[in-house]
Amino acid sequence: MNILTEINLIWPELCIALSAMCLLMIGAFRGDSSNKTITWVSICVMGVACLLVLLGPNNPSSAFNNLFIVDQFSNYSKILILMGAILTLILALPYNLREGIHQFEFPILLLFSVLGMMMMVSANDLIALYLGIELQSLSLYVLAAIRRDSIKSAEAGLKYFVLGALSSGILLYGMTMVYGFTGATGFNELELAFSNGVAKNQFIGVTVGLVFILCALAFKVSAVPFHMWTPDVYEGAPTPITAFFSIAPKIAAMILLSRVLLEPFGGLFIQWQQVICFISIASMAFGAFAAINQTNIKRLMAYSSIGHMGFVLVGLASGSIAGLQAVLLYLTVYLFMNVGTFACILAMKRDDRMVEEINQLAGLSRTNPKMTIALTVFMFSMAGIPPLAGFFGKYFVFKAAIDAELYTLTVIGLLASVVSAFYYLRIVKLMYFDEAVDKFDRSIGKEISFITIGMSFVTTLFIIILWPVLDFAAIAASSIFL
Amino acid sequence: MLTATIFLPLLGAIIAGLFGNRLGSRVSQLVTVIPLLVSAILSCFLLYHFGWTGETQTVNLFTWINVESLEISWVIYFDTLTAVMVFVVTLVSGMVHVYSIGYMSKDPHIPRFMSYLSLFTFFMLMLVTSNNLLQMFFGWEGVGLCSYLLIGFWFKKNSANAAAIKAFIVNRIGDFGFILGILAVFYFFETLQFAEIFKIAPDIAGKTFLFLGMEVDILTTICLLLFVGAMGKSAQIGLHTWLPDAMEGPTPVSALIHAATMVTAGVFMVVRLSPMFEYAPFALTIITIIGASTAFFAATIGLTQWDIKRVIAYSTCSQLGYMFFAVGVGAYPAAIFHLMTHAFFKALLFLGSGSVIHGMHDEQDMRKMGGLFSKMKITGSLMWIGSLALAGVPLFSGYYSKDIILESAFASHTGAGLLAYWAGIMAAFMTAFYSWRLLFLTFHGSSRVEENVLDKVHESPPIMLIPLLVLGLGAVLSGWFAVDYFVGDKMDQFWGSSILMLDDIIEKAHHIPGWAILLPTVVGVIGIISAWVLYIKSPSIIPRITAMTGPVYKFIYNKWYFDELYELLFVRPCFYLGRGFWRSGDVYVIDTVGPNGIAESVLNLAKRAGKVQSGYLYHYAFAMMIGVLILITWFLFGFFQ
Repeated sequence: MNILTEINLIWPELCIALSAMCLLMIGAFRGDSSNKTITWVSICVMGVACLLVLLGPNNPSSAFNNLFIVDQFSNYSKILILMGAILTLILALPYNLREGIHQFEFPILLLFSVLGMMMMVSANDLIALYLGIELQSLSLYVLAAIRRDSIKSAEAGLKYFVLGALSSGILLYGMTMVYGFTGATGFNELELAFSNGVAKNQFIGVTVGLVFILCALAFKVSAVPFHMWTPDVYEGAPTPITAFFSIAPKIAAMILLSRVLLEPFGGLFIQWQQVICFISIASMAFGAFAAINQTNIKRLMAYSSIGHMGFVLVGLASGSIAGLQAVLLYLTVYLFMNVGTFACILAMKRDDRMVEEINQLAGLSRTNPKMTIALTVFMFSMAGIPPLAGFFGKYFVFKAAIDAELYTLTVIGLLASVVSAFYYLRIVKLMYFDEAVDKFDRSIGKEISFITIGMSFVTTLFIIILWPVLDFAAIAASSIFL
Repeated sequence: MLTATIFLPLLGAIIAGLFGNRLGSRVSQLVTVIPLLVSAILSCFLLYHFGWTGETQTVNLFTWINVESLEISWVIYFDTLTAVMVFVVTLVSGMVHVYSIGYMSKDPHIPRFMSYLSLFTFFMLMLVTSNNLLQMFFGWEGVGLCSYLLIGFWFKKNSANAAAIKAFIVNRIGDFGFILGILAVFYFFETLQFAEIFKIAPDIAGKTFLFLGMEVDILTTICLLLFVGAMGKSAQIGLHTWLPDAMEGPTPVSALIHAATMVTAGVFMVVRLSPMFEYAPFALTIITIIGASTAFFAATIGLTQWDIKRVIAYSTCSQLGYMFFAVGVGAYPAAIFHLMTHAFFKALLFLGSGSVIHGMHDEQDMRKMGGLFSKMKITGSLMWIGSLALAGVPLFSGYYSKDIILESAFASHTGAGLLAYWAGIMAAFMTAFYSWRLLFLTFHGSSRVEENVLDKVHESPPIMLIPLLVLGLGAVLSGWFAVDYFVGDKMDQFWGSSILMLDDIIEKAHHIPGWAILLPTVVGVIGIISAWVLYIKSPSIIPRITAMTGPVYKFIYNKWYFDELYELLFVRPCFYLGRGFWRSGDVYVIDTVGPNGIAESVLNLAKRAGKVQSGYLYHYAFAMMIGVLILITWFLFGFFQ
């Protein structure tokens, strides 16, 4: 295979990498005043990357000595990641202008992290996986701390960085264990090695390695007990960054986790299924209970995302095509709901200052009925009430789990979803039934209102596009099980 | 035409009910009255058609339930029996609607009232046009609901609310029997369609099933259960207590629901199911006895009451008893005949008394009336006509229907039949007596009206008198006109296949000894004369009689202590039980363990979960490492086992 055919596979990544570097140069010469231009160009670049992904090869093909793989699964995920990034970047535009985040590095760092994520989902080797994760994480650490004048932002960045470094260490340690006991880092070789189960003498080493890798990836998807960073970082980071954190990296990490578990470690299904069940239950329960006492809406969203990741892990735990399909569907739905919710959060602004307390939403239905309806739709959807998008996410995940006979997991998941409905519905109740507080500012920027409206439509009418999305997810999921 | 007859009242009810507030009182009255009058006119044609040809017709509206062997459709089923009922219901209802325009003219909630009335009429029509038990039950419950709503129409009156709830609960008891009956029918017949039930009934007759180790006759059980439902709706002894209290509702309601139509639904149901009841002779005997006792017992209470409407209410109860023992001895046509004539003269009496109450400015106590005839000549004369019909004076409608019932009872030659005959004779005497007691106390003799009311007493407006005239015409003529068709020579052709009589009791009734035929009329006349003696000639005798019969009088005056007995036996224990369950079961057990307990533990967990989040980096790192350790330990344990 010559270099040209290999490059054919990485056009989207190449496009983003090259543009990011060019934009960096432009920014360096033109200074912070070019922020807006660079942001829009970045959005366009990601749009182009999206197109390139769509135009890319359909059949699974790998490049660079099997380090890099392109298949329907990775394509589907890349589109999700790019969509999430584009939407959050659009959301960030008015916010950055208003809050004085003029650093031109903002969109560029975001581009680099997206590049990292795309490499993560296309990784076909433990080393490539590590590279992707690190590229993504390093950009995110900086993004979290981008408001240098804010103590909270700096604290968030630092916490994220230290804990991220720890998890990287855990990941690397796990990888060395696996390499030490099997002599391979490529996914294809590992898959071959485990296809008949593990030999007795390998078992302890490989299992310990697997657990370490799992833990490190669980950190990335902020599953319990590796979730501790999430609330603090979400609260401290600038809101558009929080939105980005809660969407694209989560999706990338979840996709990566699925691929790692199902492809190279597919033979160890029995072993890792228990772990996934455990962290799934822990995440769902913790996400449901811990969120109840929160007063800050960004913190609430942190716990909410922990809970959602728990639900996604239910799909993964079933280890079937249907389960993986449900994972992809859930992530898609999650993307829309979360972007919409964060668009609403970004619209919570009074006297030109962001408001993050949940109480401030009281009586919103009287002062801003449109936003109230949108936020109500998102909350109902997150709580999983039919016929909104969130319901289908949960429905297919649990259906897969029941088909895999994971009854306990399903029951606990349903109970957790009931508990979590409490805090979603409390927001609705606050908005409709409580005494109104002062109005929010009206000028929220047309980008935000546009995205709010769009996402609420998608969330409400998801049932129309449900079957096509499911079909794509099925194709993507089956490419893993080849 | 069939569909229009049934659904016009519903149309009126919907328009007046949903848009009444916007349309105003006048329009609401028009949109309910006009459809009903049209319906009433159509029903005349229908009666003529079906009565003349004796044929049947079914209009399928749409399928309601279709599960395995249970297939129920919404239908409009017409035969002669249905046509008679539809005729009675729409005519009386139409008259009551017109009357209400005048009677309720000062009420602030006219649209609601008219809407309920029309809705009631629709449910009643659904009940009588059903060809299966389920739709009948739908109508049955619907009329019960409307009855509840209309008794409690003046919802600001506590007594009205209490009466409404009482009516509803007592009816629930009856309905429970009815439901059990329907379930039993479905269990044994595997169908709820009348036609199929009737086909199978002769085969099932005499078969038994085991219940608590006892062999029980299937048909008898079913019929008795259904009869319990009829007892509740038709206020038979034991389940009658709600009817007198129901007089708390506006008088037009009493006339329509609690005299002419709804309370006769029980009679109709048994007649409709005659092809099944005929094969359950024991059940029929029970019905005869219950009917006879009700006729007697309600009449005794009627002798003593002072409230003008209560007297008529007990009279209704008593007359329903007549209908039931007619059914019990197998004289179904006689029962329906009496049902029709009774509907006319009893509605007339109620509306007449309503006219008196209206003229007296809401006074109902007969002790405060007297000598009103000069002030209300038309109302007074019409009340006379109604009473003549009720007492069974020859040529008036009640004479024909009551006589054929008593003759049938006599002709049946069974013990229960003879008991019913003699109870009926005594009740006939009392009926005549209390009717004239009512007339004399209200219209004749010396005036006991309070001074300030006396000047304001007035005759009712024409809008209330015209319905009275129509009903009066019915009370006079319906018996004479219909006797040949209902129970005479043309009977077989008239009823067609709608009623089954194994034993030709009506034919036998025409051949009983002369004295037995004459006796009802004679005791009626004696009753009238004695009322005249006691209340006009020498009123001073009454206190002496009352004193002489002290305990008996008190017993009767207090309505045989039924209410007190029920209060003691059922109501109080229910309250105690309810309070016990609420305190110990709901508050202590369910709330503390259930909702409140769960909510509290969730909050507790939430607090703890929040505390874990300390904000210290090393805590977080520690948690991660612990997590890794736990997972590895778990695996290694799994491995070594």
